[in-house]
This record gives sequence, C-alpha cells and structure tokens, in this order.
Amino acid sequence: MSTTIRQQDLQLQGQNRLLGSLYSRNARAVIGRGLLATKSSNWLVMVSGFVEPVLYLVAMGIGLGALVGQVEGPGGQPIQYAAYIAPALLAVSAMNGAVYDSTWNVFFKMNFAKLYEGMLYTSLGPLDVALGEIFLALLRGAMYATGFTAVMGMMGLITTPWALLLIPASVLIAFGFASFGMGITSFMKTFQQMDWINFVMLPMFLFSATFYPLSVYPTAVQWIIQALPLWHGVELLRQISVGVFTAATAVHVLYFVVMIVLGMLLTTGRLRTLFLK
Amino acid sequence: MHTNVSTKSVISARNLTKAYGEFKAVDDISFEVPAGESFGLLGPNGAGKSTAMRMIGGVSGRTLGELDIMGLDPEQHGPEVRAHLGVVPQQDNLDEDLKVRDNLIVYGRYFGLPLSYLRPKADELLEFAQLSDRAGAKVDALSGGMKRRLTIARSLINDPKILLLDEPTTGLDPQARHTLWDRLFRLKEAGVTLILTTHYMDEAEQLCDRLIVVDSGSIMAEGSPSSLIKQYSTREVLELRFGAERNAAMAGRLEGVGERLEALPDRVLIYTNDGESALEEVTGAGLHPITSLVRRASLEDVFLRLTGRSLIE
Amino acid sequence: MSSRDTGTRNTGLSPSGLKAHPPPEAARRARRFGSFYFAEHVLRSMRGYGWTIVASSVGTPVVYLFAMGIGLASLVDARAGNQGIGDVSYLTFVAPALLVTAAIMVANEEFSYPVMAGFKWRRIYHGPNASPLSSSQIATGHLMAVAVRLIFTCGIYFLIMMLFGAVPEATGWLAAVVAVVCGLSFGLPLMAYAAGIEEEKGQFPMVMRFVVTPLFLFSGTVFPLDSLPMVVRWIGWLSPLWHGTELGRVFSYDYAEPVWLSVVHVVYLVALALAGWAIAKRRYTRRLGK
Repeated sequence: MSTTIRQQDLQLQGQNRLLGSLYSRNARAVIGRGLLATKSSNWLVMVSGFVEPVLYLVAMGIGLGALVGQVEGPGGQPIQYAAYIAPALLAVSAMNGAVYDSTWNVFFKMNFAKLYEGMLYTSLGPLDVALGEIFLALLRGAMYATGFTAVMGMMGLITTPWALLLIPASVLIAFGFASFGMGITSFMKTFQQMDWINFVMLPMFLFSATFYPLSVYPTAVQWIIQALPLWHGVELLRQISVGVFTAATAVHVLYFVVMIVLGMLLTTGRLRTLFLK
Repeated sequence: MHTNVSTKSVISARNLTKAYGEFKAVDDISFEVPAGESFGLLGPNGAGKSTAMRMIGGVSGRTLGELDIMGLDPEQHGPEVRAHLGVVPQQDNLDEDLKVRDNLIVYGRYFGLPLSYLRPKADELLEFAQLSDRAGAKVDALSGGMKRRLTIARSLINDPKILLLDEPTTGLDPQARHTLWDRLFRLKEAGVTLILTTHYMDEAEQLCDRLIVVDSGSIMAEGSPSSLIKQYSTREVLELRFGAERNAAMAGRLEGVGERLEALPDRVLIYTNDGESALEEVTGAGLHPITSLVRRASLEDVFLRLTGRSLIE
Repeated sequence: MSSRDTGTRNTGLSPSGLKAHPPPEAARRARRFGSFYFAEHVLRSMRGYGWTIVASSVGTPVVYLFAMGIGLASLVDARAGNQGIGDVSYLTFVAPALLVTAAIMVANEEFSYPVMAGFKWRRIYHGPNASPLSSSQIATGHLMAVAVRLIFTCGIYFLIMMLFGAVPEATGWLAAVVAVVCGLSFGLPLMAYAAGIEEEKGQFPMVMRFVVTPLFLFSGTVFPLDSLPMVVRWIGWLSPLWHGTELGRVFSYDYAEPVWLSVVHVVYLVALALAGWAIAKRRYTRRLGK
C-alpha cells in the first residue's frame, strides 16, 4: 500500500444526476447478491412457492368443481369451474409472492438481518437496493407463473395460444404489488404492524371474484371490490386465459401501470426520508 | 505534485446538529480531521457518537450545520462519498445467507468492483483478518471476534481512504481486542484515516492521535490523550474503598489530601501527583480503607472530571 | 434453618425491607404451579399483540363465513337446488370446517416460530429454566397459554357462526370444543417438531405449504372428501382437520355418521395431542438440559 497521498485523492468530484443521492446505477450488484444467497438457501422452500397454487387448483378444481359444475366465463360462454378459478389463483399467487417478498422479506432484512444497513454504507443508494430486490421478486414470480401455466396446460385448461400471455401479465401484477409493498413496509416498525398487511390481503383474496362471480354482491360492494387491485388482476388473467379481450382489458392493464408508477414514487420518496433524513 | 497534506482536512464538520423532535442527539459540534490521522469520539452510551458516525457515513442527514467529506457533502453525493469510505458499524451486519469469502466479494460488488479485482482482494483480506482457513465457512459458525474481524476486512474491500469504526472492540475478549488493535495499527501505518468511537479509555489511548470527548451531543474537550490527561487530571490517582455505606462519610474526612477529591458511590478517588505519599497521609490520619490502589491517571478520570460521571455505567 | 438462610437478615439492598419468601417455599410452589407461572409469562407476552389476536379472531370468521358461506354458497346451492350438501345449506356444511381450520391456523402460528425462538432467537425459555421451574413445566405452560388463546378464538368464531345462522343444532357449541382439541392435536406434534429445530432453514414455511395447506384442501372442508379420487382421500383420513371437521358437523347439524366413527375421531384427536405433548416435554428437557 502506498503511503503517499496526493491532493486529488482528497478532493472528490461530485456528479449532479437526477436521483444522484439515491441511485448509483448498480442494482445488478444487489441482484447478484440475491442470486448467490439463493444458492445457499433451501431449494425446497423455493419450489414450495410453486406447489401451493397448484394444490389449490387441483383440490378446488376437482372437489369444488364437482359441486359447482360449469360457470359463466368472461365471454359469456360456460366454462369448467377449474378453468374459471385457475387464472384467479395465478393472480393471487402473483400478489402473494410479490407482497411477501416486498414486505416480510424486506422487513426482516431491514430490521433483523441489517442487510440493507451494510449495503447502504457502500456506494449503493437506496434506489439500487429497491430496484434490485423488486427485480428478484419478479424473477421468482415469472418462474412460478411459467410453472403454473404449464400445469394448467397439463390439466387441459388452456384452449388458446393467448394463454402464453398469462406469464408476462402475472409479472405485471406482481410488479404493481411489489412496488407498493416496499413503500408500505417502510412505515412499519413492529411485527404487529406487519400483521395488518394480512388483514388487507385475506379479504381481497376471498372477495375479488376469485372463487365466484362478483354478481353475488350488491352494487355498492361490487364498486369497492372493483377499486381493489386484485380484482383487476383476476379479471385480466381470466380474459387472457380464454382469449377474450374487451375495452376492460386495457383498463386492467392501465390500472397496474398506474399502480407501478405510483408505487415506485412512494417507495423512492420513502427511501429518501428513511435513509437520508 | 506532492502537496503538503498534513494540514488538509478530509473531514470537516461545522456546527453539526441532528435533532429528533426536541431531542438533540448531536448538538452543534465542529471538528476537523486531517488525512492520515486517527481520530476518536469518546463518550458514554447515548452521547451521540453513533449518530455523528452515521452522518459522516452519509446514511443519516443533518438538521443543521455543514459537513464536508473530501470536498463533498455526503447528503448530496452519498454514493460518491461512500465509495471512499470503509464502515464498521457498531453491530456486525454480515450477510448470514452467504459464506465468509462471498461476504467480501458481494460487498465489493456494491462498489461496482470487478470480480478480477475482488477475488484476489478477498483472499488478501481474509489473510489480513486471519480468516483464510474459514473462507468457505458460514458466518453463523464464526466466533464474535472472527465476525468482527470479517466486518473490518469487509470494510476494506474498496481500499477506503477513511475508515469509520463504531465501537470496534465492544463485546470482545481481551485477546481478540489486541488482535484487532494490531490490525488497525497497520492500517494507520498505511495512511488510512481512522475515525473511531469507543467508550474504552485504553482503546482510545492505544489508537487515537487526537480525540473529542462527547457528552449529551456536545464536545466537552478536545486534544491528544496525553494532553487531555495533563490538562484535566493529575499524574496519579489513589483509589480508596471504605464499603458502600461509608465512602461518602469518609470523603469528608479526607479533605485536603491530594489536589482534588471525587467521592463515587463505590469508592473515593484522590487526584495527586504522588499516590504513595497520599496513601501514607490517609493511613497516618488513622483511616483504614478496605482496599487501596495507586494508579496512573487515565482518560476515564478526564471524563469523570468533565461530566461528573463514569463512562461505562 | 438459621435466619441467615431464609433471607431475614437485612442486607441493605432493600431499604423497604422487602423479603422474598424462603427458597424451600419457592421450590414447593414451583413444583406445584410451575406450568401456570410459565403460562402466565406466555399470556402476558401475547398481550403485546393482543389487538392483533382480537382483530383476527373477529375478522377471520366474518370474512370466511361471508366469502364461502354466502358467496361461494350461491354457486353451490344454485346447482344443488337449494338442497346444499346432504340436505343442509352450504353455509351450514362449511361453517364447522372453517371453525376447525381457524383453530389449526392459530396452533400453527403459536407452536412454530414462538417455540423455536424460545430456544434460539429470543431465548425466553432459558430464563425460567434457571428458576425452580422444570423443563417439562415450561413445555406445558406454553401449551396452556396457547390453549387459552384457542378457547378465546374458537369461542368468538362460534358466536359469529350463530349470528350467520350456521348452527341448527343445540349441541353446536361442542363443535367449538372439538376445534380447540383439534388445534392441540395438530399443534402439539408441531410443538415437538419445532422444539427439535437447531437451525432455521425455512422449515415453517414448508410446514405451511406442505402440511397445513394440503390438510386444508384435502380434508373435506369446503367440499366433501368423497368428491376427491381415492388416491388422495388417505390425506383426509390421516388429517386431524378431517376428524375434527366431521365431528364438528355431527354436533353442529346432526350430520349422519356411525357412532363408532365419531369415537374414532375423538380417540385419534386425543391420541395425537397426547403423543405430541409427551414428545415435546422430552425434547424440552433434553434441549434445556444441554
């Protein structure tokens, strides 16, 4: 090591980029860390994330299908109950995965493993960390969605090539939830507060036209559910699964695009207050 | 080309203040750290040391004041400033999901360093931290001292010019502390600027060229360890214990012995330049402490003098 | 016994002269009531998330009974010609199953991470272990505290079932008792398992996904077990959830079932609970004695 210190060593040059204090264009280092950590983690845990929605599809499709029979599909045509719930389960799985990764996982790494503390003492900015973590969550989500779509195919629930779009659409849904989830987690201080996330997720899972059509509810309740993101996700995937597209398809997609933009703004703003206050 | 750098500050803080609502964690402190110096922040728990460290590290903003790290404001140019720092936080935050060597490599990636540099560098640092034989081990399996050394090795992955150490040896056994001090000394010899917080006097005396004594967010005194002792204490200290209930009463009867007297709940301290003769004076007066000890004055006494209380409570 | 040993000497550490009762008395009481003391400890720490418990105890039944018993029921009952399943409405059919499922969810929550954390992360077992309490009293105390929470949650669940009009029979309240027992017969083996975990490697998410979820889906909860092919029905037969649900249905709407089968349900549930408890006590003793 040289002991000579020159003047320019002691005088740094700053750049004035947009978000310069939050972002150093190095999210890939965070992604690299995540992939390396995955190697040492339990692969069965990874696989199990894929198994859960498949179990739901098999059990509910066969068992409940026997009780329910056929229901009305997006185009008005009758479809098997299994074909009705499959896209809904995929949307739920995209939501669950993204929310888990961006809330509990982030909460743990932030408060217990102190992982982000170490990262933020380097030249990384908080936005590098956020983008890296969201990318990892979406990568995992895309893998699960591919597997689930394959299972749908094996069960004879896919009748149109449009169904391949289920995969990117699931990623879109996951992105919407993940970008918001991280911002919301930044407000959380204790495990008890984290539990409240479940209180929102559970009714959304059960009420968003996942297992039965929205027409069951009075109009006012329908409006509330139609304002929630999961319903748009379920409807979007349900339309794709049978290849029936309407003006509503564009609304569903737009809903998630807006959600991603607002979520990223929220997350970035929160990171600024949290880490640079 | 070579300029006189001894007067050039790498860190300059002016009227630095950090308030959380009414509470001021750091209250209007100013200091300069020249390149290559080993600079200490000394104070009890909650004095504001770690907050000051986080501000220097560019991960905590300030309420008031100015902060300049190598010519840049860490709040505006966080990534650029942090790229030149090595940070050893108070609590190890190693990545438990990764192996020992991977911890170093992955951390280096955060600085955008290439693998061709990081692989040999990681091995070099493992050598430095005496952890070469543990390269493939899980972080979980390391002892406290090993984790601390790994955290320090990690902080050096980017060849930092400034190393921030927040209580580097708290919680370590004496042997592990000495090993660490030796490593830090080598870094200092290599020209790295060390900024460290501690509440151990011996550590400050061993490692710091200059230090500030901080209490309740303010600077109480500033100087080299020896100059602080000279300024705020006598050469020797006589410690007397009369038993918990009698210390205060005895202190009254000891007036006049030595230059100054401090009655603590558990003992009485007499500041004097000649401890042995002070002790003779005490026994000559017919007082018989349960134990007595003559020692050299330390920074602990400086702190006691300045704040009226002990450093580690 | 000299006065010194019983602590009557004023040591000056307690200016008010407070004295603990003598050690032999502490030992005697610990021997008799130790489990209760530890149960109190766990219940007090549950107060830290008391509002979460209350909110989920009320929210879960409302949401599930509404979604399944009214929402999904509209599809099922429409097809079955308002006959529902086995001559009762789908709401009546599904309610006891949801009640027992809720008990299992609570047991899964309280007997997984908290047990492992007691040994490993938060180490709450190590404090009482240094007191006169025995290791198996710690295990039993934890179990008692969770049983209290189960009674609370299942009691509220049952009341809300009544409000939904999902319980036709007067013996219906026994379904809530069954749910508590069922929670323990699933939870105590889990407790024994959790007490043996030395290193956290994602075991509990695995339990959730490979045990709890399949149990819920293949135990004849939201549809009769008979609708499933023979190859997977054995999951139901092994599942405490199936035994609890069927027994709950017997009490709640007089579900037709041979008496011997009801006896099998009871024996199976109690046996699982007792076996889990015994193994858990052994593991606590071994782990804390290390």
